[in-house]
Amino acid sequence: MNDSSLYRYSRHISLPQVTRIGQQKLTQSRVLIVGLGGLGSPVALYLAAAGIGQLMLVDGDQVDLSNLQRQIVHNTAQIGQDKVISAQTRLQALNPDIQMTTYSYRLEPEALQQLITTVDIVVDCSDNFTTRFAINAACVRHGIPLVSAAVQRWNGQVTVFLPTYSQSPCYACLYPNQEEEGEVCSETGILAPVVGIIGSIQAVEVIKVLLNIGESLCGKLLLLDTFTLQWRTLKLPKDPACLVCSSVNFIREIR
Amino acid sequence: MTIVVKFFGSLREEIGNHEVKIKAEQPLTVAQVWAQACDEVPLPHHIWTAVNMNYVEQNTLVQDGDEVAFFPPVTGGSDEN
Ligand SMILES: [Zn+2]
Repeated sequence: MNDSSLYRYSRHISLPQVTRIGQQKLTQSRVLIVGLGGLGSPVALYLAAAGIGQLMLVDGDQVDLSNLQRQIVHNTAQIGQDKVISAQTRLQALNPDIQMTTYSYRLEPEALQQLITTVDIVVDCSDNFTTRFAINAACVRHGIPLVSAAVQRWNGQVTVFLPTYSQSPCYACLYPNQEEEGEVCSETGILAPVVGIIGSIQAVEVIKVLLNIGESLCGKLLLLDTFTLQWRTLKLPKDPACLVCSSVNFIREIR
Repeated sequence: MTIVVKFFGSLREEIGNHEVKIKAEQPLTVAQVWAQACDEVPLPHHIWTAVNMNYVEQNTLVQDGDEVAFFPPVTGGSDEN
């Protein structure tokens, strides 16, 4: 690490749980962020600022005026641009030292699976069940940690899945009835800072899992209702009948 | 027995109350607790249920003094146009 990096990350390095060794580890990490919307914005901004060495950004959408109320990685001049390009511009200006790879289209399950095998951790900031289930299945199969969150109206939830731990539940344990589509925020609305709170927690969990420190949200579901400002943590067991994780032999690539 | 029932997120908005107490003569399942608290409306099967902060199935039996909480699953990533 050169002098300017030591200075840039000095507030991390000062943390006894991180130090120069931990920061070095972050700069060598590869993180996949699926969705550069409300949750993906704070996740990408904080992980870029934190010096995650390689960010893979996936989003097939373009920046729309109605996104800017909460999707703070984009700006007004970027309306109409691919979200991944808009995000990349902002993130590179924030931290020129990091590398990014962008995918400006919705990845098919096969391609997504391929990409997931190349990263250390996946952050699910996507907006639909199909993508969420595909990400989960690939992470379980390949033993890749997954930080998953969702938001709507005044509410948010976040959890961590660590498929290499035999006790870890997976996303499908939470939603045994896959066919049920939830509400989307264009219909129900979302209060802007809720995505900031929940996305920031996702970024915290990513860093902890990468450094293997602290106590993660694995096996716990953190729920937030900002209207009454109540937090809840539920213990989340693995579903022994889960079709995705109950009998998996995950494939751990040698990297 | 007395059971504390809590509603979270959009359920709180719909029901207009975040906490009610119900009384029961015989043991109830989580789904029966919901029905008693919500004018016999059946518990939708996508609603998450927790007893004393532990995520449980809807047919779990509830004990005297338990706290039963209902949560609407949240699915949006706020990525939509
Ligand atoms: Zn599972």
